Amino acid sequence: MSYVSDVAALTRKDLLLELRAKETLPSMLLFVIAALTIFHFALPRGTGHQAALGLLWSAIIFTALLGLTRAFVAEREQSLFDALVLAPCDRSAIWLAKSLAVLAFLVCAEVVALPAFGAFFSGVDGRTVAAVALADVGIAAVGTLFGAMAVAGRARELLLPLLFLPMAIPIVVGGVGGYLWFLVLYDAIFALLAWAMFEYVIAEV
Amino acid sequence: MISGTGLAKRLGDRRVFRDVDVALADGGFLLVTGPNGSGKPTLLRVLAGLMAPDAGTLELPPRHTIGYLGHEPLVYRELTPLENLTLFGRLYRIPERAERIGMLLERFGLWEVRHDRVSTFSRGMQQRLGLCRALLHEPGLLLLDEPFNALDTDAAVLLDGVLAEPRTTVVATHEPERVERFATARLAFA
Repeated sequence: MSYVSDVAALTRKDLLLELRAKETLPSMLLFVIAALTIFHFALPRGTGHQAALGLLWSAIIFTALLGLTRAFVAEREQSLFDALVLAPCDRSAIWLAKSLAVLAFLVCAEVVALPAFGAFFSGVDGRTVAAVALADVGIAAVGTLFGAMAVAGRARELLLPLLFLPMAIPIVVGGVGGYLWFLVLYDAIFALLAWAMFEYVIAEV
Repeated sequence: MISGTGLAKRLGDRRVFRDVDVALADGGFLLVTGPNGSGKPTLLRVLAGLMAPDAGTLELPPRHTIGYLGHEPLVYRELTPLENLTLFGRLYRIPERAERIGMLLERFGLWEVRHDRVSTFSRGMQQRLGLCRALLHEPGLLLLDEPFNALDTDAAVLLDGVLAEPRTTVVATHEPERVERFATARLAFA
């Protein structure tokens, strides 16, 4: 139970920080709407549903990247990893809480993005919504791990996209193709790996 | 108790220190002195278990018994003092958390501003809150890096009271005269 209460306390902290600072979510919303609007005018009329879907997934991945670059800003700028690491909680609770916060921001962005996609392009079916929901879990899990790795690196602004984008390719493949079981498998494998690896990632942040 | 022999640490290409021996019995007070850039903060991070030494052997008390205050107060600026201390109180599983937090905020003169965001605080008030956070779980080992930074006279007197308490303490400072009277052991960096 203490693990759950640690995760709850840390998630609440991350959501509260965003509620106060209002930096990450508004940027993500603006970016995803701007991206879909650009795609709407850039794509020739009569383009197929599958091509439009590819652009939706590109918008989602880059919107997520925007959120992930902000995920550890407070911890980085105020050296707060030191205080969190010294606390007797399991270090994976820090990763899980941050992943849940990233997931929440991503879902908020998509609540706006999916209807916008439906209005600009073809409608959104249930399979696409399910694929987006499953992809969000993988994006949050893997992206949060790489976000923490990037904090430790010198060229952190470069490092996160370089680490995250190659790992997002399977998500796009599964999302565009609507391979839900593939996304479930991706989530399970990489969430488990990220959970197990986080302790070593922040060992000397 | 802290016991370290032959400690060495490099940061990138720079050798920060080498062949450092540290021995401090329970209840002792180690004063670490030296000019800027001599490696005092790095040694404190090593003693806090936040960094592993590159060489040497080191025995430290359990992580959860260490209170650490570095150059930063290690509190979230967009949260209030109450929210910050409640968060860390939960992570440290402190019983009777509200009472302990209230007592510390009163002691360090932050009770009246407990609902204000830390980002609106002066550097001295943030340092006081950092001390509250470091003391929250009643640590057996207190590690302080330049703790008098930005503190006004009243807060410095409060800190003197903390340093006089029976506890194993390590203070790194380039102003040793402020804490010399507490020291039972000394380590000078060149």
